[in-house]
Amino acid sequence: MTAENLPTLHALRRSPIGHLTDVLAEHSAAGRRSVRLREVPFLAQLDLQLHQHGSAAFDRIASALGEPLPTTPNTAVEAGDLRVLWLGPQEWLLIGPDGSAPATADLLRAALGDEPGSLVDVSANRTTLELAGPAARQVLEKGCALDLHPRSFGPGRCAQTLLSKVGVILHQVDAEPTYRLLVRGSFAQYLADWLLDAMVLL
Amino acid sequence: MNRLSDGGRVDRSAPLRFTFDGVQYTGLRGDTLASALLANDVLHTAPSLYRGRPRGIATAGVEEPNALVQIEGPGAEPMRLATTVELYEGLSATSLRGRGRLDPALDEGVYDKMHVHTEVLIVGGGPAGLAAALAAARSGARVVLVDDQPELGGSLLAGREEIDGRPALDWVADVRAELTAQADTRILTRSTATGYYDHNYLLVAEDRTGRPGPVRQTLWHIRARRVVLATGSHERPMVFAGNDLPGVMSAAAVRAYLNRYAVLPGRRCVLLTTNDHAYAVALDLVSAGAQVAALVDTRPRPPAELVDSARRAGIEVIAGSAVVAARGGARVQAVRIAALDAADTISGPVREVACDLLAVSGGWSPAVQLWSQSQGSLRYDEALAAFVPDEAAQNVDSVGASRGVLDLAGCLDDGFAAGARAAALAGFPVAVPPTPPTSGDGRPARPRPVWVVPGESGEPSDWSEHFVDLQRDATVADVQRAIRAGMRSVEHIKRYTTIGTAHDQGKASGVSATGVIARLLGARSPGEVGTTTFRGPYVPLTFALLAGRERGALFDPVRTTAIHPWHVRHGAVFENVGQWKRPRYYPRPGESMEAAVLRECGAAREGVGVMDATTLGKIDVIGPDAGEFLNRVYTNAFAKLAVNSARYGVMCRADGMVFDDGVTLRLAQDHYVMTTTTGNAAGVLDWLEEWLQTEWPELRVRFTSVTEQWATVAVVGPRSREVLTALAPELDVSNDAFPFMTARQILLANGVSARICRISFSGELAFEINVASWYGLATWESVIRAGEHLGITPYGTETMHVLRAEKGYPIVGQDTDGTVTPHDLGMEWVVSRHKDFIGKRSFARADTARTDRRQLVGLLPVDPAVLLPEGAQLVADAEVAVPTKALGHVTSSYRSAALGRTFALALVAGGRERLGETVYAPLADGGMIAATITDTVLYDPKGTRRDG
Repeated sequence: MTAENLPTLHALRRSPIGHLTDVLAEHSAAGRRSVRLREVPFLAQLDLQLHQHGSAAFDRIASALGEPLPTTPNTAVEAGDLRVLWLGPQEWLLIGPDGSAPATADLLRAALGDEPGSLVDVSANRTTLELAGPAARQVLEKGCALDLHPRSFGPGRCAQTLLSKVGVILHQVDAEPTYRLLVRGSFAQYLADWLLDAMVLL
Repeated sequence: MNRLSDGGRVDRSAPLRFTFDGVQYTGLRGDTLASALLANDVLHTAPSLYRGRPRGIATAGVEEPNALVQIEGPGAEPMRLATTVELYEGLSATSLRGRGRLDPALDEGVYDKMHVHTEVLIVGGGPAGLAAALAAARSGARVVLVDDQPELGGSLLAGREEIDGRPALDWVADVRAELTAQADTRILTRSTATGYYDHNYLLVAEDRTGRPGPVRQTLWHIRARRVVLATGSHERPMVFAGNDLPGVMSAAAVRAYLNRYAVLPGRRCVLLTTNDHAYAVALDLVSAGAQVAALVDTRPRPPAELVDSARRAGIEVIAGSAVVAARGGARVQAVRIAALDAADTISGPVREVACDLLAVSGGWSPAVQLWSQSQGSLRYDEALAAFVPDEAAQNVDSVGASRGVLDLAGCLDDGFAAGARAAALAGFPVAVPPTPPTSGDGRPARPRPVWVVPGESGEPSDWSEHFVDLQRDATVADVQRAIRAGMRSVEHIKRYTTIGTAHDQGKASGVSATGVIARLLGARSPGEVGTTTFRGPYVPLTFALLAGRERGALFDPVRTTAIHPWHVRHGAVFENVGQWKRPRYYPRPGESMEAAVLRECGAAREGVGVMDATTLGKIDVIGPDAGEFLNRVYTNAFAKLAVNSARYGVMCRADGMVFDDGVTLRLAQDHYVMTTTTGNAAGVLDWLEEWLQTEWPELRVRFTSVTEQWATVAVVGPRSREVLTALAPELDVSNDAFPFMTARQILLANGVSARICRISFSGELAFEINVASWYGLATWESVIRAGEHLGITPYGTETMHVLRAEKGYPIVGQDTDGTVTPHDLGMEWVVSRHKDFIGKRSFARADTARTDRRQLVGLLPVDPAVLLPEGAQLVADAEVAVPTKALGHVTSSYRSAALGRTFALALVAGGRERLGETVYAPLADGGMIAATITDTVLYDPKGTRRDG
């Protein structure tokens, strides 16, 4: 595809809960305790898996990104406009702005070289819900069994967990707190409904 | 009225009207239903369940055996205890005899959940728990304090103790204020810890009735580094003749009604005790204006200072004696008192004393329920005559009365030390606060338990009015009968007599029951008998609370595809496939399902149909060893599959039984994409990871779930090629350029990048278009537009099932059930003879080679209009006598537009040897359907339609 037809193409896209934009905004304003919910659709997402730590590819990727891949479990680092989330001992999710997946993939493929590994564009696999505000943690605590206290889970922490009955990648991006919830598209409506209900019951 | 003119924790400026058994009364804010009833001189509860004996309020808490009530009106609840229901304006309740009634109306109440973690969790807000909370909170650690009452204080609410020279409740208020000021301390009142599970995981039920916000109850899931159990203790009843009469009440309850609720539950009282506790109660009764006719102490030599203080108040102390019987009709009118010798036998004349209230203290049973749930052990303490915590099994301490420390100073010492210890062990070292001076509650002298007060005549087997469990109407005679039946274990006797199995789970009476059993067995002590097992929940919970918000629309996730809005707009009828909502068929106005499915099938066979196939599981399999890995998990070979080619594969479990199937496509030398069945996508990914991580870690291959990355639109039918031509003009869709089971990567006319595969689950020419899921809806709509002039027909899962069944394609999970091999499905061709794979060795077992295994066959009902019910059993002979052995069963059954008749698939023993034979399906309504066994492929057996 070319840069010229991008606007046309983007007009064809539908995010899983794009139809809820106004509803999320209304509930964000109406909450008795301050908490905001919005969808951040179409973020670029790449799933990267390597075969062993300390490989040359690991170092080449660090150079390419300007930042080593995080090796501390359940942490995330920022590398330019990318956020790199640790998902497993040899697995990371790279999140970037809408449309950045091909360029990032090229960069990583080059760094990977001949080493075995896997890089999959999963941008459309999940959408992103952003929950922010002083009461955001309390909303999550209604359905998430993880310890989200600032001493245990602060900015730069991430986890693959369940919120209510939905598998999510939970990523805290700042101390307000602001959380990002990456959810598979088919579950997004249920998760949004669940979050709205939890926000109303604060 | 029995309300005292002053004192207590009730608000005399806040009268509350309520109704009990249809009569209107007035109570006060701070009352329980029970205290308000007693204030109105209502002592009686419903009569006993089995024997219809009159019963009355016997306690002031969760251990209450009698006072079951049904809460009426909005939010109606069965089987609440009058002693734990907080009074509110307009409360309406009725007394309940045994089982309650569920309100058939929808419960509109809001039930919520919270998950919190804490360094220290303290259960119980009495003196020991408060001291522990204070010490722990000063460390900066997170502290959660849980208490089941509306206000903190525990036993101090019912007593008259002093701490630091001031009323104890002033100290409680100070502690509460300090705790509230701590940012990381949370106080949950009206909250009962009901379950204690592994890894210090506790469930706490919070009642928020009457609090701000819409939530009625919250279930707290609490994970704690350290737990401090300060759960207090329950006063035991004693077992004597007539001990169930209304007016026989726990001495601690009498004290609570006097001091906490300002209610005098009787005018002329007798006390019966095995320990020091009753003396303070007796003095409180006197100062409240009651007459204390006698204080009967089982101990021959009670502590002299207690006896002196009682006598100074004009109370007669009768030592070394017991109440051997309570007499009365609807209420106790007198008690009969006699001396007991060292062997607990009556050793003197019986004397009768008139009274309307008998306050009984049979000793204290530490509330060890949660401790035991945590798997901590118990030991019997002879000096305390109680079961107390012994070895902890988790990171938990028990403090205060819950481990047998009964004096106030001891409880404070215990709590301060345990709170500081818990914080320190959780990583927050802190000094132990000094214990302030206390008065009014010294260390008690040794009790003298009397487990069975003998009857004035007869043997234990005659003592059928010596009640052990009031709610179950179980007596000493019942226990004796169990023992005579040969039972010795307390667990057996419990089940035989039902003692301890009612709503109260023997909170008060459990240890008394153990004592009775020990006595009747001639054991040296109750320690030899032990206790029954304590299980959660500690108090009854509502199912609505366990469900929380996960009911109605939030009951379970509803998964939808990117194309779902179109299906909804076009009137699809949906079916649940796992959590997915899939279109089942698209009826036209007034069209039946049968007609719609025949129409959809016709379109796919004769023209062109379109189906949303997005829900199929998709897994990218990437790495130099991807081909080798697939060779090991599929029964057939994939390593040599050409790039851009696809192959159908079957996976088996190690037992050789079919586990999943699907088409896998090779995108590059080191890149395959596997499809799985809709319902098994997550299971297959787990299965692949399990084998890679545990068996073959040397293989260089990785898996990524891409189920939701892609939306998949299947365009099916002889005219599908025309749709594809319009959709992707640059794609050569001729059979030579784009053969069956190959894939092409292409830009659609609208600029969307697509992966198009020639795969068919219908036998017809078909294309599957895969696009990034956010383009799914737009792509579907452009397919519909491109096929409009061809009458393109959307079809659902029902039509998909018919089409595939006509071709004999099995559905794993419908035509298989975990006992079916590929050979049973007639798929020998999919099982490689040359390579190893999961399940291969099982095919060398004699069992998988049996010729009478159930095999997949087709069935044609003899009457072509009759539809066999799926699941119908099949027999060989229409006249066979019942019972008989089934030959097999129907797995799939449909009406076929293409065949012009009904047909079915079935698993039939030795089925492939029975082609042409007739089998019979006896139906539940007595009918019988005859059907002929055929090959599974009923439509286009030569496969001529696949290429259009």
